[in-house]
Amino acid sequence: MDTMRDRFIDVSSRLLDEDPRLAVVLADISAAAFGPAQERHPDRVVNVGIREQLLIGAAGGLALTGMRPIAHTFASFLIERPFEQVKLDLTHQGVGAVLVSAAGSYDWPAGGRTHMSPGDVALLDTLPDWTVHVPGHPDEAEQLLRHAVADGDRNVYVRLSAHQNAAPVPVEAGRFSTVRQGSRGVVVAVGPMLDAVLAATEGLDVTVLYAATVRPFDAASLRAATGERADVVLVEPYLAGTSANEAHAALADRPHRVLGLGVPREEHRHYGSIDEHLAAYGLDAASLRERIGTFLW
Amino acid sequence: MTTNANVDTVRFEDLPALMGLMTGAEKHGPAATSTLDVLWVLYDRVLRVTPESATAQDRDRFLLSKGHGPMAYYAVLAAKGFVDPGVLPSFGGYDSPLGHHPDRTLIPGVEIASGSLGHGLPLGVGTALGLRAQGLADPAVWVLVGDAEFDEGSNHEAVAFAGAYGLDRLHVVVIDNSSATHGWQGGIAARFAAEGWSTQTVDGRDHEALYRAFTAEHPGRPHVVVARVEPKDA
Repeated sequence: MDTMRDRFIDVSSRLLDEDPRLAVVLADISAAAFGPAQERHPDRVVNVGIREQLLIGAAGGLALTGMRPIAHTFASFLIERPFEQVKLDLTHQGVGAVLVSAAGSYDWPAGGRTHMSPGDVALLDTLPDWTVHVPGHPDEAEQLLRHAVADGDRNVYVRLSAHQNAAPVPVEAGRFSTVRQGSRGVVVAVGPMLDAVLAATEGLDVTVLYAATVRPFDAASLRAATGERADVVLVEPYLAGTSANEAHAALADRPHRVLGLGVPREEHRHYGSIDEHLAAYGLDAASLRERIGTFLW
Repeated sequence: MTTNANVDTVRFEDLPALMGLMTGAEKHGPAATSTLDVLWVLYDRVLRVTPESATAQDRDRFLLSKGHGPMAYYAVLAAKGFVDPGVLPSFGGYDSPLGHHPDRTLIPGVEIASGSLGHGLPLGVGTALGLRAQGLADPAVWVLVGDAEFDEGSNHEAVAFAGAYGLDRLHVVVIDNSSATHGWQGGIAARFAAEGWSTQTVDGRDHEALYRAFTAEHPGRPHVVVARVEPKDA
C-alpha cells in the first residue's frame, strides 16, 4: 500500500494539471518527488529551500494574488516553527492556504523530539476558522485533499502520517462516521488510531465514531451518539486532550464525562519504532482496552 | 467611500498638515517621518495604482512591511484619494480603520496587514510568484522595510531566495535611519548584492535621486533601493 504522503504527491501533481489556480510551495521536503510536476509547471511548484518562515509567507503572498497555495513539509516545521507566519501571513491577512504535513507526532521515533509535532493541532486551535483533516488511510487522504483544495479560500490543515489503518472508512469531510454501535459510551477514534481502537473495543458494548476531520468538530454526531449515557473517550494521534474542550462544549447541556487519550505532553526520550512509541504512550490496543474499560466500567 | 476630489493638486508640502490630523498615543513619531519622502515619490510618480484600480489584478502592489509609524503612509493614502482625509483624526480610535499598525481588511489600497516585523518581504515574494504564475509580467511588487526591521531573520530567507530565483518584479526599499541596534557592517545593500540583487543607495530625502533609483533598469534581478535618512536618535 502507498503512504498518505505518496498519495498527496500523486494527487497534488494531477490537480496542478487541472487547476491553474493551484500552486505548491515546498521547503526541500518531498521536493524530488514533485520534480515531474515542477517540470510541467515551473511557476506553480516552487521550492524555497530550507526556509519555513518564507514557506508560509510565500503561500500567503500567493493567496493574496488569488492563487490557491498548498504548503508542505514535516509538521514540526510547517506549524510549530513558523507559527507566527501561520497566524499573521494567512489568518490575519484574511487569506487561505492548504497546509499539508507529514511525520506527525511519532512517525520517525529514531529521529527524536526535533521531528515530533504532537502540539500542531492544539496550536491551530488558538486561531479562528481552521479546518483540520486527519485521514487514516491514503484513500481518505486523497478525498480530503481534493476537498481541501476545492474548499473556497479556507485555511485547511491536512495532517498526514506514516501510521495508517488497514482499510479506508467511507468518510464525509467534516462529519464523524459511526463504525460500531453500543450503549455504554462513545469512543471517538481520530485518523490512524482507528485500527487500535477497534481492536481494543472488540466485544465491548460501546459506540465507535471515526473522525477524519476534527475541526470543525462534529458536535452534532457526538451528541447524537451519546444517548442516555454521555461518557466519551477521545483517542487522538497528537497531544492528549486536544479535542476535550470541543467534546465538553458539545455536551455542555447534559451531565457528561470525557477522557482524552493521545500523545503525552512529557518528552519521551527514546528512539525505536512507531509501535514501541504507541505502546509507551498507552495507545496500543491492549493499553487502550484497559484504559477505556476502566473509564467506562 | 468619499475620496479626495483634489487629489491632483495635493503637494508634498501638504502632507504634514494631513499627518497633523492624526494625534494620540502613537509612539513611533520619528519612524513615521523617515518614510514620508519615499512614500510620496512612490505613490506620486512610480506606483501604477489608484483608488479606482486598487483591486485590479494588474495593479502595482505596495507592501508596507514596517507597519510601525504608519501616519506618513495614511497621509499619503489620503493625499492620493485612497482614504478620506476626514477619517484621519480617528487614528487609533475604537471604530477607526486606521490603527497604529495597518490592517488590509479595513483600508482600501492597503495590501498587507503589518506590525510584527519581517513579514512583508516573504509576503512580497509570494505575491511576485503569484503574479508570475498568472502570466502577469508587468505589475511591480514593492516592499518597504526598515533597517532595524531587517534584523528579523525572515527577511534574509526572502532576500536569498528572491535573488537566487531571479524574481525580477520584486522591489524593496529599505529606510535606513541607523536604528538597527548592532548596525549593518558593510552596509545593507551589500546583503542584497551578495544574493544577486540589483542595488542602489541614495539620499532618502532627495526626491529626484529616489525617483531615478526606483525606476532604474534591473533585468532578471530583483531590485533594492536603500534610502538613507537622518539617524533616528540624531
